[in-house]
Amino acid sequence: MDTTEKIIAHGSADTSGHHGGSEKVIVSAMFNDDDILMSSVKALRAKGYKIHEVFTPFPVHGLDKAMGLKETRIAITAFMYGLLGLSTAIAMTYYMMVVDWPQNIGGKPSFTWIQNMPAFVPIMFELTVFFAAHLMVWTFFVRNGLFPGRKAMNPDPRTTDDMFLMEVELKGDRDQLIAILKDTGAVELH
Amino acid sequence: MFVFSAKAKRFSLILMAVGVISLILNFTMSEGVSHEDVTHITSHEEHSQAVVGEHATGHSEDQHASNDHHETSSHDVGHDNHHQLVNKPWSRLFVNIFFFMAISLGALFFLSIQYAAQVGWSVVVLRIMEAMSQFLIIPVLLIIGLSILGVFHVHHLWHWMAEGIMDPESPAYDSIIAGKQGYLNPGFFITRSVVYLLIWVLGAKLFRKYSLQADTGSKEEGAALWSKKRTLSAVFLVLFAVSSSMMAWDWIMSIDTHWFSTLFGWYTFAGLFVSALTVITLIAIYLKMNGYLPELNHSHLQDLGKFMFAFSVFWTYLWFSQYMLIWYSNIPEEVTYYLIRFKEYKGPFMTALALNFLFPILVMMSRDSKRNMYFVITAGIAILAGHWLDHFVMIMPGTVGVEWSIGLIDLGIFCGFMGLFIWVVFSSLAKAALVPKNHPMLTESKLHHI
Repeated sequence: MDTTEKIIAHGSADTSGHHGGSEKVIVSAMFNDDDILMSSVKALRAKGYKIHEVFTPFPVHGLDKAMGLKETRIAITAFMYGLLGLSTAIAMTYYMMVVDWPQNIGGKPSFTWIQNMPAFVPIMFELTVFFAAHLMVWTFFVRNGLFPGRKAMNPDPRTTDDMFLMEVELKGDRDQLIAILKDTGAVELH
Repeated sequence: MFVFSAKAKRFSLILMAVGVISLILNFTMSEGVSHEDVTHITSHEEHSQAVVGEHATGHSEDQHASNDHHETSSHDVGHDNHHQLVNKPWSRLFVNIFFFMAISLGALFFLSIQYAAQVGWSVVVLRIMEAMSQFLIIPVLLIIGLSILGVFHVHHLWHWMAEGIMDPESPAYDSIIAGKQGYLNPGFFITRSVVYLLIWVLGAKLFRKYSLQADTGSKEEGAALWSKKRTLSAVFLVLFAVSSSMMAWDWIMSIDTHWFSTLFGWYTFAGLFVSALTVITLIAIYLKMNGYLPELNHSHLQDLGKFMFAFSVFWTYLWFSQYMLIWYSNIPEEVTYYLIRFKEYKGPFMTALALNFLFPILVMMSRDSKRNMYFVITAGIAILAGHWLDHFVMIMPGTVGVEWSIGLIDLGIFCGFMGLFIWVVFSSLAKAALVPKNHPMLTESKLHHI
């Protein structure tokens, strides 16, 4: 495969929107193997380059750490959504089964929530899981801007098939960066 | 190569000495239960008799049977207490024997899972499980010994062994228990225990044997032995599924002979498995802290922590499943089991639930805490304490009723078994390399990363 060298400058029109502000020049490099991509990412990071984004056809294990991405906070949201579900279940069972319409079920005291608590545990458990799981998925969609009709952001359709695309922020000499990318196994440069 | 250091040896010997002293105190102090003690307890018993209703009646039959005790007390209930006091030192011993049996049996189960499921990540901790399962023979032999003593009426930990309880002519006759004679009779009971012993000890020895063989051979031989162990594990797991359930019915559920629960085998299994996972993790951390097992990384630790966390929740799930159905249906013959636990054992019963559920779920939930050795050690000690208490609450109410206590003697006996356990497991660890050399998935385990 011929290696073409073309550098496209991205400005503040950067679609991801996370790095708005200062003018950045992005160099895109294509790889055809995830292991080569990983070692290239590590080599660039070791030399102080910032990896802007990587597009891969499948999740590459350990890539997030190699790129130096911040740890996801989705676990914290999951915990809070779980607590919300638990509180909802407690409020719901209390209102329905004790306040609004107490019923005599199996001779259990219908006027107190705490003494009937074992009967409500399955509901508390299920709503905790339900809230945590569903709201976590919706949070994920919102944070990633995924909605029906959303246009794909990957710059090259081959990254959904068999190629890996890495975007590096240019720092210092352009030729030097290109040399490193070629050395570490990039098959195409844009 | 792990060296069982002189310091660790001394520590385990001191623990064993504490255990021996506690055992002596346990039996000498309890043998001397005087008449006064019994009558004193009688007054305490009267108010709680209603609570232990089923339990007290369960025991009332053998009060009449054992006439040799009868003259010591004029009061029927006081006599029942005397009976429970006779059981007490044996119960204390049994709780600890069973707890350590559970730990080594759980390790053997986890070991065979590693082969049946073709697990790669765990290779660096396999030897710990092998070493732990070598301990199994001691507690199982002790339990068989205890049941033989029960048959000869030295104690009646298993209520159905009481004299005359299955004899229609005897005043102690209990028709419900007599109906279970086909299963619960001394001959069959001890035969079953011996069968469990054979299955487990044979399994443990074979896994160990093949594993040591692989160390001396070539890579190809290692792979061949690995497939051999895979077949062995498939057979063993089937036998384990049956034997571990039946062990729970025999050794623990038959203590409360009138009562039964269909998921009791599972419940006991969950407790023994999570205790074993915790001890595997703690030993791995001990080795790591002492400069052994350089291959053990944070990912292994997190995986072990995940197992501790997951099976704590699994235990709670079974605890609650058993509890809720009995609470909801409220059938007298079932609900007495929980009545005595709520009224007379509330402290240990609730503490066990908190330590085994709330503590792990709050401490072990986050990824970072599972990767922090000190968090894992703290949670591990809490889980072990919780499951010791859980076994205590499984055994004590049916054997000693309201006469329970937790004190230094229990701690001492626990220490004794811990010393013995450390001695056997560490000697076993020191006999071979800490990481199996020719395991086909060794590299995968060394590179384990999550």
